[in-house]
Amino acid sequence: MVLTAEPRNLASRYDVVIVGAGPAGMAAALGARDRGAARVLLVDREVEAGGILLQCIHAGFGLHAFDEEITGPEYAQRFFEQVLEQDVDVLTDGYVMDVASGGRVKLMSPSVGVTGVDAGAVVLAMGARERTRGAIRIPGDRPSGVMTAGLAQKLVNLDGYLPGRRAVILGSGDIGLIMARRLVLEGVEVVGVFELLSHPSGLTRNVVQCLDDFDIPLHLSTTVVGIHGRDRLERVTVAPVDDDRVPIMAKAWDVDCDTLLLSIGLIPDAELARTVGAQMDPLTGGPVVSGTMETTVPGVFAAGNVVHVNDLADWVSMEARVAGDGAGALATGARRPEQDIRLLPGDNVAYVVPHTISSDRPHTVSFRVRRPIHGPTLLRLSDVHQRKVRAVVPAEMVTLKVAPRLLEGFHGDVLRVDAIPATDDRAGEDPS
Amino acid sequence: MGRTLAHDVVVIGGGVVGVTLARVLSRYHLDVVVLERDAEVGFGVSKANSGIIHSGIHGDPATVKGALEWPGNVGWLRLRDDLGFGFAQVGELLVALAEDELPTIETIEAQGRRKGVPGLTRWEPERIRRAQPNLSREVIAALWAPTAGVVNPYEAVLLIADNAVRNGVTIATEQPVIAIDPPDPADPGGPLVLRTPTRALAARYVVNAAGLYADEVARMAGVGTFTITGRKGEEYLLDKRLAGLVTSIIFPCPTATSKGTLVTPTFDGTIMVGPTAEATDDKDDTTTTPEGAAQVFAAAKRLVPAISERDVIAEFAGVRAVADTEDFVLGATARRGFINAAGIQSPGLTAAPAIADHLVEVLHDEGLALREKRDWRPRAEHPVRFAVLSTEEQAELAARDPRFAQLVCRCELITEAEIVDAIDRGARTLDGVKFRTRAGMGRCQGGFCTWRCLELLAERCGLPITAVTKRGGDSWIVCDRSDAAEAPDPTAEAPGTTASGIELAAAGVPADGG
Ligand SMILES: Cc1cc2nc3c(=O)[nH]c(=O)nc-3n(C[C@H](O)[C@H](O)[C@H](O)COP(=O)(O)OP(=O)(O)OC[C@H]3O[C@@H](n4cnc5c(N)ncnc54)[C@H](O)[C@@H]3O)c2cc1C
Ligand SMILES: Cc1cc2nc3c(=O)[nH]c(=O)nc-3n(C[C@H](O)[C@H](O)[C@H](O)COP(=O)(O)OP(=O)(O)OC[C@H]3O[C@@H](n4cnc5c(N)ncnc54)[C@H](O)[C@@H]3O)c2cc1C
Repeated sequence: MVLTAEPRNLASRYDVVIVGAGPAGMAAALGARDRGAARVLLVDREVEAGGILLQCIHAGFGLHAFDEEITGPEYAQRFFEQVLEQDVDVLTDGYVMDVASGGRVKLMSPSVGVTGVDAGAVVLAMGARERTRGAIRIPGDRPSGVMTAGLAQKLVNLDGYLPGRRAVILGSGDIGLIMARRLVLEGVEVVGVFELLSHPSGLTRNVVQCLDDFDIPLHLSTTVVGIHGRDRLERVTVAPVDDDRVPIMAKAWDVDCDTLLLSIGLIPDAELARTVGAQMDPLTGGPVVSGTMETTVPGVFAAGNVVHVNDLADWVSMEARVAGDGAGALATGARRPEQDIRLLPGDNVAYVVPHTISSDRPHTVSFRVRRPIHGPTLLRLSDVHQRKVRAVVPAEMVTLKVAPRLLEGFHGDVLRVDAIPATDDRAGEDPS
Repeated sequence: MGRTLAHDVVVIGGGVVGVTLARVLSRYHLDVVVLERDAEVGFGVSKANSGIIHSGIHGDPATVKGALEWPGNVGWLRLRDDLGFGFAQVGELLVALAEDELPTIETIEAQGRRKGVPGLTRWEPERIRRAQPNLSREVIAALWAPTAGVVNPYEAVLLIADNAVRNGVTIATEQPVIAIDPPDPADPGGPLVLRTPTRALAARYVVNAAGLYADEVARMAGVGTFTITGRKGEEYLLDKRLAGLVTSIIFPCPTATSKGTLVTPTFDGTIMVGPTAEATDDKDDTTTTPEGAAQVFAAAKRLVPAISERDVIAEFAGVRAVADTEDFVLGATARRGFINAAGIQSPGLTAAPAIADHLVEVLHDEGLALREKRDWRPRAEHPVRFAVLSTEEQAELAARDPRFAQLVCRCELITEAEIVDAIDRGARTLDGVKFRTRAGMGRCQGGFCTWRCLELLAERCGLPITAVTKRGGDSWIVCDRSDAAEAPDPTAEAPGTTASGIELAAAGVPADGG
C-alpha cells in the first residue's frame, strides 16, 4: 500500500488548499469536492498521506465511519482511494511553510522546489505533536533512550527498529498504552506504566487490552523524578505523589531500564494558525473556530487534532468534512452567513469545539470533561438541550448533536455546556 | 634541527582552548593534529556554559585568568570578524541590591579601569529602570560595562575548528590519549610519543588542553604537578516568550567562589539563568538537580522578579576544570616539549583567544619556528541557514539542489542539504547534527526529525542505523529487532603507520627547518 500521488502539474491557483493529509485533511478534501470546489490540493510533508494513522497498526478505527473495526493504515487507505477518485491533487513530501492571510500558500517539496500557490480557501489540518521531556522538567542526566511514545511507535511500526530492550513508560495516554503492548509483542520488557494522575489518561479499552491483558503494571499517582545514565539511560527514579501531585521523595525507588517513553499528552500543532493571525483558544491550544470550522481569519478553516486533540479518527473525519464543506462553499461563492452563538465550557467541561454555532443548521459539538463521573451524567446545553450518558471520563471526548429545531425558541447569544452528575428525577430521557 | 617526521604540534583536547590554538597555529607552516576523546569537538564544557564573553572587568589582573580576560574579549571581536558566528555585544550590568554591595562595585570598576576596559559607567536607579524595566526595584546602583557579549559557544567552536581544518589542521575524534611514552634515553631531545587505544603519534610539541582531565594527561607525561577538581554549574533556559525580559547580562555582586547567578539574554534570544557553582567529585557529573534549580531561581528572582521555574524549556550543567592553584595552569613544563593549557575554569571561553596567543609565544620560546603561510584563509565558509533566507533565495537554492526543498526538521525549518553539509563538516552524532544545524532543538524536540537524521548519518558515514549515537560512546538510539546488533570494529589500520606503530606526519609536509 502506497498512499502517494504526484500532482500531474501543480496549478498556480486552487479553490481549496489543505495543509496535512491525515484523516482530517483527507476528509476535508472530500467535503470541499462535495461542495463543488473544482480544484483541491492536499499537501503533506510525509512521503505518504495518512498522518498519524500510518503508524497506528492496531485495530480500533472505523467503528463510526465504516461500522467495522479496522487498522489505522486501512482507515487511511479507504479515505485516500476516495480522495484520488475525486480528482484531488495530492502533493506528498511537500511542506507548507506559510499561509498568508490573502490566501497565498508557500510550500516546498523536492519535486516542485520552493513555490507558492493561491488558494480561495485554506484548511489547516496539521494534527498534533507530543509533549516532550522539556514540558515536565525531570531532573538528572540527559542520556539517549528518552523519547516520546509516538516517536517510538514510528521507529517500531514504520522503520523496523526497537527503541531499547527494557522500557518504562511515563504517562498513560493512549499512545503510551498502545506502545506498552506493542513493545511486549516485540520482545521488549516493559517494566511498568507510571501515571501522575489518580486515573489513567487513555481510553479504558486501551488500559484493559494493552496493560491488563499483558500483565503490565499501571502505577497511578506516581511519576518519574530522576533520569540516570551518562550515555544511554540506565535507570529512572520514580516516586508516588501526594494529593497536590507533589512527589513524596521518601517513598521513591529506582527502576532499571534503558528506555523511557513519554506519553504525556498531545498539543495541537497550530503554528500556522498562529502565524496567519488566528485567535487561539488557550484551553485547546488550537484556533478558535466557528460552526463551519472557520478560524477568526476569513478563508482559513481548521479541523482535526490541530483544533483539539481527538480520541477517535472517526470524529476527526466528521469534523473535517464540515471544514471542507465550509471551505468549498466559500471558494465557490455558495457560503451562507453564520450566526455566532457562543459556546462556553461550564461545569466540569474542559473545552468546547466549535466555539460558535448557528441556529439555522445542524452541528456536532465536541468537548471533554475535566473530572471523571463514574455514573449517570447529564450533558447539558444551557436549557435548550440535554442528554444523559452512563459515565464520562476525560480520556473520552463527548459529543452533543444540536439540531436547528432545538434552537428555535432561543434568542440569546451564549450557550453553556455542562457535564454534571444526573440526579435521577427529571433527567431521565435522552432526547437526542 | 633538520627534517623530522614527527608532527610539529599535537593538541590534546578539542575544546574551545584546543581548537582556538589549532587555528592560530594553522597560519604557520606547521603540521598540527588535535586529538579529541569524544565523538566530536566541543562536546566538553565548551558547549555547556553561559556563552558570555566577559566585559574584562571581573578578573584580578594579578592572576593569569584575570589578566587574560580583557585581551580575550578583544580577541573574540577579531574571531567574530573573521568567522562571523553569532556574537552580540549586549553589555552587562553589575548590580547592587544593598548599600553594603556598593564597595564591591567600586572595587570592580577600579579594576576594570586599571585593565583598560572602555566605556564603564555608573548608573543611577532611574537610568537602570529605563534600560531594564524588569529588574528588581531593590537594585540601587549598577555598573554598566558595554564590552560584554554573548556567543553561541558551540557554533563558535565549530566554526573555529572548521577553519583550522580548512587551513590544514587534522582533527581526530574518538582518540583519547591514554599514555605518553617516557623520554627515550637514546634520544632525549626526540619527539614525544602519544598513545590512544588505536593509534600512536609522535610529536615535537604537545599542548595539554584536556579540560577536566588535563591533570591526568600531565601525569602521563611525568609532570603531574597539579590536580583538577570539578565545579559544576547548572543552567536553565526559559521559554522564548520571555525574550526581551532583560536585554543585557545582569550580574549580581560576586562572592568569593563565583560570579553568582546571572540572567543572560542568549544570542538566540532566549533567557538563560545560572550557573550554580558546586564542587563535584565526579568530573562527568552533568546532572541538573532540584536543589540546583531552587538555588538558581531564588537568586535569579532577586534580580528579575518575573522569572519563574515554570518557564523552563531546557536545562543542562557543565563542569568547570578547577586547578588546585585556582588559576589557569599555562606554559612549559619540566618535560621538554610538553606544554600545559590546564585548569581553564571561568572565564575560559572569554580568555581562549588570549590563551591561544600566549601558547603560541610559549611554543616559539620553546623552539618552534613560526613561518607564516601566504595562503592562510582566515575566513569561514558558512553553512547555509535556509530558514532565515528570503523566499527568492530559498527558491533559488532549491532549484539548484532539490535537497534544499526536502524538509528534515520542521520546527526550525532545516533542510536535507543542511544536514548533509553538517555531516560533511564532521558531525558524526545526533547531537553533532543538532548543535550544528539546530535540527531537533525546536518545539517537538526531535520527534519529527530524529529518524531522518539517523538515516542521513548512517548513509553518509557508512554505518548501520543502530551504530549511530546521540553523542558517541554507549549513547545508541535504536537497536535491532533481532537484538543481535554488533558494534562495528573500529580498529581498522590507520594510514601512515610505521612498523613500530607510531604515526608520522604526512610525507611532504615541510617541517620548519630551524
Ligand atoms: C498512538 C495513537 C493511537 C490512536 N489510536 C486510535 C484508535 O485506536 N482509534 C481511533 O479512532 N483513533 C486513534 N487515534 C487518534 C487519531 O489517529 C487521530 O485523532 C487522528 O489521526 C488525527 O487526525 P489529523 O488529521 O487531525 O492529524 P494527523 O493524523 O496527525 O495528520 C496531520 C498531517 O498533517 C501533516 N502536516 C502537518 N503540518 C504540515 C505542513 N505544514 N505541511 C504539510 N503537511 C503537514 C502531517 O505530516 C500529518 O500527516 C490514535 C492516535 C495515536 C497518536
Ligand atoms: C556552567 C558554566 C558556565 C560557564 N560560563 C562561562 C562564560 O559565560 N564565559 C566564559 O568565559 N567561561 C565560562 N565557563 C568556562 C568555560 O566554559 C571553560 O573555561 C572553557 O570552555 C574551557 O575550555 P577547554 O577547551 O579548556 O575545555 P573543554 O571544552 O572541556 O575541552 C577539553 C577537551 O579535552 C578532551 N579530553 C579530555 N581528556 C582527553 C584525553 N585524554 N585525550 C583526548 N582528549 C581529551 C575532552 O573530551 C574535551 O573535549 C563556564 C563554565 C561552566 C561550567
